[in-house]
Amino acid sequence: MNFRKTAILAAATSVIAIGAASADTIKMAFIDPLSGPFGPSGEAAYTSFQLAAEHINANGGVNGDMIEVTGYDNKVNPKESLVQLQKAIDDGARYILQGNGSSVAAALIEAVNKHNARNPGEEILFFNYAAVTPAFTNELCSFWHFRFDAHADMKMAGITDWIAERDDIKSVYLIGQDYVFGQAVAAAAESQLAEKRPDIEIVGNELHPLGKVKDFTPYIQKIISSGADAVITGNWGADMQLLMKAAAESGSDVPYLTFYGGSKGAVSSLGEAGIGLLYQVSEVTTNLEASDEQYALIEEYKERFPDYDYYYHRAWNAMDMFVAAAEAAGSADPIPVAKALEGLTIEHAYGSATMRAEDHQIQQPLYISVVSDDVKYGVDNIDLGWKLVDAGTISMESAEQPTTCEMERPE
Amino acid sequence: METIVFGLLNGVSYGLLLFMLSSGLTLIFSMMGVLNFAHASFYMLGAYFAFTITGSTSFWIALFIAPVLVGLVGALVERYGLRKVHANGHVAELLFTFGLAYLIEEVVKIVYGKTAVDYRVPDLLNFAAFEIYGATFPAYRIFVIFIAIAMLVGLWFLLKRTRAGLIIQAALTHPHMVGHLGHNVPFIFMTVFGIGCALAGLAGLMAGNIFVTDPAMAVQMGPIVFVVVVVGGIGSLEGAFLASLLIGLLQNFAVGINASFAEIFAFTGLSPTSEVGDITISSLAPVLPFLLLVLMLIFRPQGLMGEQEL
Repeated sequence: MNFRKTAILAAATSVIAIGAASADTIKMAFIDPLSGPFGPSGEAAYTSFQLAAEHINANGGVNGDMIEVTGYDNKVNPKESLVQLQKAIDDGARYILQGNGSSVAAALIEAVNKHNARNPGEEILFFNYAAVTPAFTNELCSFWHFRFDAHADMKMAGITDWIAERDDIKSVYLIGQDYVFGQAVAAAAESQLAEKRPDIEIVGNELHPLGKVKDFTPYIQKIISSGADAVITGNWGADMQLLMKAAAESGSDVPYLTFYGGSKGAVSSLGEAGIGLLYQVSEVTTNLEASDEQYALIEEYKERFPDYDYYYHRAWNAMDMFVAAAEAAGSADPIPVAKALEGLTIEHAYGSATMRAEDHQIQQPLYISVVSDDVKYGVDNIDLGWKLVDAGTISMESAEQPTTCEMERPE
Repeated sequence: METIVFGLLNGVSYGLLLFMLSSGLTLIFSMMGVLNFAHASFYMLGAYFAFTITGSTSFWIALFIAPVLVGLVGALVERYGLRKVHANGHVAELLFTFGLAYLIEEVVKIVYGKTAVDYRVPDLLNFAAFEIYGATFPAYRIFVIFIAIAMLVGLWFLLKRTRAGLIIQAALTHPHMVGHLGHNVPFIFMTVFGIGCALAGLAGLMAGNIFVTDPAMAVQMGPIVFVVVVVGGIGSLEGAFLASLLIGLLQNFAVGINASFAEIFAFTGLSPTSEVGDITISSLAPVLPFLLLVLMLIFRPQGLMGEQEL
């Protein structure tokens, strides 16, 4: 009898629930690797976006509408991404989230531009949370594209500022992935070092295939025999982890200045050897001062997704900015949202961030941190984590870079 | 000088790992005529089994149990899958193993998740064996070299110097005769397939913690294994050994060479800023094994030590 009562009750509540859900769903398509060597990078971001959306929905959603983030596995392949993009559009997504791989982002920007030109009234927006090739907010800039991460030149400005202060660094080795992003990192390092520290010699400039190298030992040995005082790399995902594995095995003891030392497994690969050696430049680290509310969020994330760490704070920034823009515009449609995003400033857990209107590039302070055993939150489920270095805060102004963007805006 | 020493050390250790992986494939092919597309999947299973066993007991127990488990899985595949398919000829077998590779990958994804697992080098071997030109060489890699050599010697002894080896070889060429002599030929085939898979499992156990243990490791290792087997001569254990070392050395030396095409072909007036002149030897390293494969098929289709043409 009891069971039957419950069943009736359940049926009744579901009817009510359907009634309440007459509010629209805002569909966001997360197109990134969810398997393969870069799967962890995609998965960590996907879970971040999902948790951010959950919190927004729990707080009443966006103008009463609920956000739904769906994952589409693109295997870091530009061609596959276009297939997934079409699938996402067919599923009704108006917002595309992507970040892993500038090769993919370039293809998506082009496809989104084309789609929007051909389908007025059904525009889609591309929120790029991690593809940091500078061109996307310079010569290739698009009204439909917003970048929520500092681009390679901005991050490199942080790294080169730090190197400029270190007189003991006289030679630098550049190693990176052989595609548009890796090349952009190498070019930025060369030009910025030449300007800030012309005395520094670049003793190596190596590009290796993306996600193909299993054993980095020969590369590390080249670095060691080159006698470099520091290494700069933009490697991410498995390429970062394997590079650090080989560095630990070969006993390489120069500082590694990275964009993505926070890639899953990189810190644990080096272990204790990474203390004081592995650096990263990022928009936040979990060990910065923050509110109890933020600490609770970091802990909630870890509890829900124990395989990963709270790393993609920019996922929260992107979602918070989206909500702020949609509420200011009073609509979740792409064009009003895009217009409201331009020049929007939000206060987030670690400070403020502004979406520059000219080129849709987020402007925010950056932080240089180093692996340390004296931290509140470790990563990779070990006790080591990221600690801000002395004078490691790069203000929004010094991180800011000029843009050549000439954007075409819709009427 | 440093380049040469490093190239030799890394080349030999990487080459021997390749040999461990490809020896099982070439063994199965030479004994049974089956080109096993799922071979790298057994390599992956070895790494995952080792990860699980290491987690609950220790690496040293995994060292013995994981390959045996992989071998058992292989034997079951032969007994209940391949043997039935065998009646329909080689193409059916090929397609069967092709499908099996996908099946194993998906099962691994379901059981262990899509991302990499944290499979580590045992603490006992996690130290630097020696230092040379400022770089250290890990003890674990020396261990890998020893295991690979022990495996080569053991395999050679089993096949060429024991009665069991003689029967196995006879069963390949004259299965009916061996059957009439009272030996269980299907059982021999099952054992050979099992051993081949166990060897791949052993390679996975050794390599999974040096590299990354994830569901993509089989797909990434697959092509290079076929290069080794074809270059060495299909079905030749000695050939696979030589080819593994050759490819290991080739790749590692290439990474160490910074010279670009413009410097090498300076006499032709190639400009260092041109598309072609800009390419360095080290950036070509990952392509070289496949270049070798193509050249080998053109100029010596039977491979280094192979007896039969493809």
